[in-house]
Amino acid sequence: MLDVSGLKKTYRNAGRVVEAIADVSVHLEAGEFVCVVGPSGCGKTTLLRCLAGLLAPTEGDLTMAGRPITGPSPGTAVVFQEYGRSLLPWKTVWENVELPLRYKGLARSRRRELVTEALAAVQMEDAGAAHPWQLSGGMQQRVAIARAIAYEPQVLLMDEPFAAVDAQTRADLEDLILSVWRRYEVTTLFVTHDIDEAVYLGQRVVILSASPTVVQEDLAIGLPAERDQLTTRADPLFAELRAHVYGQIQQAKNRAARPSPTPAVGQGD
Amino acid sequence: MRAAARLVRVLGLPVALVLAWWAVTAGEDNFYFPPPTTVATTFVDVWVSGRLLDDVLPSVGRLLAGLALALAAGVGLGLLIGLSPRVRAVFEPALEFLRAIPPPVLVPVMLLVAGVGDRMKILVILSGCLWPILLNTVEGARSVDEVLGDTCRCYGIQGAARIRHLVLRAASPQIMTGIRQALSIGIILMVISEMFAASSGLGFAILQFQRGFQIPEMWSGMVVLSLIGVTLSVIFRQVERRVLAWHQGPRKRERAEGVRDA
Amino acid sequence: MRERQAGDPVTRTVYGATGLLVLFLLLEAAPRLGLVPERYLPPASRILRALWTEASGAGFWRAVADTVRTGATGLAIAFCAAVALGMIIGSVPLLRAMTNSTVEVLRPIPSVALIPLVVLQFGTDIRSTVVLVVYACFWQVLIQVLYGAVDVDPVAHDTARSYGLGTWARLRHVTWPTALPYVITGLRLAATVALIVSITGELLIGSPGLGREIAVAQSSGAVPAMYGLVVATGMIGVLVNVGVRGLERRVLAWHPAVRAEIPA
Repeated sequence: MLDVSGLKKTYRNAGRVVEAIADVSVHLEAGEFVCVVGPSGCGKTTLLRCLAGLLAPTEGDLTMAGRPITGPSPGTAVVFQEYGRSLLPWKTVWENVELPLRYKGLARSRRRELVTEALAAVQMEDAGAAHPWQLSGGMQQRVAIARAIAYEPQVLLMDEPFAAVDAQTRADLEDLILSVWRRYEVTTLFVTHDIDEAVYLGQRVVILSASPTVVQEDLAIGLPAERDQLTTRADPLFAELRAHVYGQIQQAKNRAARPSPTPAVGQGD
Repeated sequence: MRAAARLVRVLGLPVALVLAWWAVTAGEDNFYFPPPTTVATTFVDVWVSGRLLDDVLPSVGRLLAGLALALAAGVGLGLLIGLSPRVRAVFEPALEFLRAIPPPVLVPVMLLVAGVGDRMKILVILSGCLWPILLNTVEGARSVDEVLGDTCRCYGIQGAARIRHLVLRAASPQIMTGIRQALSIGIILMVISEMFAASSGLGFAILQFQRGFQIPEMWSGMVVLSLIGVTLSVIFRQVERRVLAWHQGPRKRERAEGVRDA
Repeated sequence: MRERQAGDPVTRTVYGATGLLVLFLLLEAAPRLGLVPERYLPPASRILRALWTEASGAGFWRAVADTVRTGATGLAIAFCAAVALGMIIGSVPLLRAMTNSTVEVLRPIPSVALIPLVVLQFGTDIRSTVVLVVYACFWQVLIQVLYGAVDVDPVAHDTARSYGLGTWARLRHVTWPTALPYVITGLRLAATVALIVSITGELLIGSPGLGREIAVAQSSGAVPAMYGLVVATGMIGVLVNVGVRGLERRVLAWHPAVRAEIPA
């Protein structure tokens, strides 16, 4: 579904050339949930923005469902970290979720269906008439997720969406995104700096190195498909995976990365 | 009890000032500062008659016409300029220069170009009111939140839809600031445009009174001016509250959670 | 918020210069091509030449000095009065509530409405115009200072109080720094107003300064000279604006609104 091949992205910043991404290749099958982690400043967000079509890569091929990514497309929906700045403050929750659908050319009845269903999926069915500023951070992010779902995307890109909410809300939102993913079977790329979250949510975790960024490891998460905040996190395999990812990131921070051919932990152990 | 307290707060100082004025002028007959009672009676005599229709209404009409034109041109051009960094870079110095020219200075110019009629007066008002609206629109258009902009790009909200749903709304607080400034400039220019080679209008009347040393009448004219200003200000505030209702919300919450009352 | 600028400062200067050049060419071509009657709007080159001639005479610079003096004096008086009054009123909620209505009623009265009064008192003396400038600038600064005093962060205020800072100390260390950006904004707005009102006053009353020179040029039919003087006022306005913005940057370098945002 989503294919990144030899991605390279450089910026020019005040005369200096900054290589945000050196050589990254990632592949996502349809319906997969993949998390991306890495040390700070490793270009996780840059990767996501390239996939969203907001940035043009310096080199490399990006394709979605076989077609090259040249700009924002109706097949991609993005959820940003700053929910307060991504919902239109002058529109109600309902209007916010509905707006992109109007420009997708959908009929009013179909739009109403999609919006109602999306709001129900994030448990915000009663908040339609509220304005974003009247809602808490967690609720605003739910609305942002609802907007993404209602858009009926093929790919869902999420850029550290739960980094700005408190821990309890984060746990709720993590379970929410898992239930949404299972229900709609949408290919999901989830960028985060939280290792626990990455291991808890993902079927795979892509670990990026420090700058110059390459894929340090593409780790398969062998945890059972049904995830639960209490039992999964208590699973000894969870702790192993977590420690492994942590170790990788520490390595990445300490030296220039070399792709390490570590066998996927948790398979046939 | 509440209502009474509010009334005292609103009217207390003005009433006290008027009383003080009365007390000071009651004793002697100062030619230049007549007692408030005289001004009040003159006000009724002079204005609450034909004058209102002959002078005040046309003046205010011209003011509104000038403002409307300034709004249309200012917002239109402001959006064009504000949305493109390159266009902005080209126009910025030229605009800074043009807006630094005091509008009253252009009155002699306008006299030459547009003659003595209504058109000249409206042009003068337009030339002054345009700049705050234009520059504030540019500022508002260019400082649209980046995340909001990216979100709209991702969800395919482009072109005219983007301007309608995103840019105009996001810039509206700034635009309203511009309109507020334009209101006060407009009133000044309305008066000034009539002080030169005019034959009717509020400014003209005040000037006449001054030339003829009709002091109470002159004062009453200034009262009319103040009333117009206050009325426009109140109307504007109502409109602003409606248009920026979404903006008040988060600010009100911040304020309510603090101790201060705004 | 990251500024979206069109390239580096050099590129932007080039763009800007192009814009000015286009403006000049337009004003040069329009009268010559007959789009606008020449005697109403002379070509830009002739205007600039007339300005050059003016600028070589002492009278011009005397007028400039008069205008600057009028504006600066009025601004200084208004600024001090407005800051003092504004800080006092702004810090006491009761005073704020009581003076609100008066301010709203007096504020819309344009300074030009006072022209008849000041002319009767001072004639065409420079003092007439200074009074106008004081009046106009006072409101600009006062409004801003009131905004600033009201905007004090309740957390900062409470912190100061819990550390035992008295009223005067709080005013100095909490209220004033919070209000400072607003005060500077008020200064910037007032500086522009000071220039405009000075010239307007000189134009209408006839007190000494650039405004009077413009009126004289107009009534004696020296059209290029009149436009030249108008251009001069524009240039002074730009200088004043640039100067105050520079001051703003210097004084408020520590303030988050002026500090560049550190990218996350």
